[in-house]
Amino acid sequence: MKPPPFEYHGPVTLGEALDVLAEVGPDGKVLAGGQSLIPLLNMRLAAPAHLVDVNRVPGLDGIEAGPAGVRVGALARHAAVERSPRAAAVQPLLRQALRLVAHPVIRNRGTVVGSLVHADPAAELPAVLALLGGSVRLASRGGEREIPAARFFTGPMESALRPGELAVSAFFPALPARSGTAFHEVARRHGDYAMAGVAAAVTLDEDFTIAAARVACVSVGPVPVVVDVTAACGRRPASSVPWDAVADAVRERIEPEGDIHATADYRRHLTGVLAVRALRDAAGAARGEES
Amino acid sequence: MNETRHRVTLTVNGVVREATVPGRRLLSDCLRHDLGLTGTHVGCEHGVCGACTVLLDGEPVRSCLTLAVTVDGHEITTVEGLARDGEPSPVQRAFAECHALQCGFCTPGFLCTLTAFLRDNPAPTEEEALEAVAGNLCRCTGYQNILKAVHRAAELQAEEGGA
Repeated sequence: MKPPPFEYHGPVTLGEALDVLAEVGPDGKVLAGGQSLIPLLNMRLAAPAHLVDVNRVPGLDGIEAGPAGVRVGALARHAAVERSPRAAAVQPLLRQALRLVAHPVIRNRGTVVGSLVHADPAAELPAVLALLGGSVRLASRGGEREIPAARFFTGPMESALRPGELAVSAFFPALPARSGTAFHEVARRHGDYAMAGVAAAVTLDEDFTIAAARVACVSVGPVPVVVDVTAACGRRPASSVPWDAVADAVRERIEPEGDIHATADYRRHLTGVLAVRALRDAAGAARGEES
Repeated sequence: MNETRHRVTLTVNGVVREATVPGRRLLSDCLRHDLGLTGTHVGCEHGVCGACTVLLDGEPVRSCLTLAVTVDGHEITTVEGLARDGEPSPVQRAFAECHALQCGFCTPGFLCTLTAFLRDNPAPTEEEALEAVAGNLCRCTGYQNILKAVHRAAELQAEEGGA
């Protein structure tokens, strides 16, 4: 299996990259880490006429962690974000999710922003961005726009990215004080895409009752499915939440499909179980417990 | 179709090598076909099996998911470059001692992956060793001897470091 022929472009500045992308328009595809794109090329599921390799563009590999959140540049590899102590301190869900992304060797090359743009509903990072209400910054020759997660993922493998645009960074907001996160998934084999997976974020009040709780589910819809379960949890401490009812509330909101890996019913069941595990861990983390 | 060809310069196992390749040439094919280094094996060609793993600037990557043009100017280490002064490396010796290979097809990928892993984590736990090999498929051994080899390689590496 080899990639089909394409015209290769290796811009060395951002301006040059945006010029090439503007020129080739819908015939162009951006190459960053390539860990999703090159398999698609090798299997001939994609055949772009022009490949714009941004690996030589300086200044795109930043990981900036501040009180408001973490901004990750287009060339920041999964491994670099996973290992960043500052990113983990500001938004621990990043590291929790990245450890579940494929294998360490893939994470050495694959990029966080690339995963978002690839917009696979079975992938972890789109769920993280959706759960946190983050955003993706898109640059083109005409300027920049910042698209919130809720409008960025438009369908399976489809995003709001337009021809001529380059996703230059993504922003993962920090959570308020007394918040915790967790990510749980079940895959047939370690490192495979999950049959079901749930990212959770819980914020507690000063008296440790649940003030806000939500989950983002993977592999159970065309885009990551975010469900606010604050009402289902009720204003109680995590120890007295009716977890079965919370699992049901999540199951009601998803529309999984069956395939050779799992039936729709099994995915629905798993998602409820994983949601409770992730929410309990997130609540524990919000109280400052190790999960 | 006349494809545009690109001149790439790679430092492979410490030797500067040049090749002229189309943009779509995979690093795995560049190493094997253009540079004649057939130690890097090609299994699935979509990133699943790990047989083609090489070190790019010291970090393990799938050479079948990397274009040769992208890594122009970078350093590559393949299985041919793991031995030192004709002596097998600790990881290579451990694989031989522990019978961590049978047909050997997957071995170059395991050796490259583990060389970097043990450099970064010279005394791994059982769980860390398992995670380290989880991205490489082996259809012969059942992995038990490969896991033994990871720990044996760590010992050999420590002895060498101490010598």
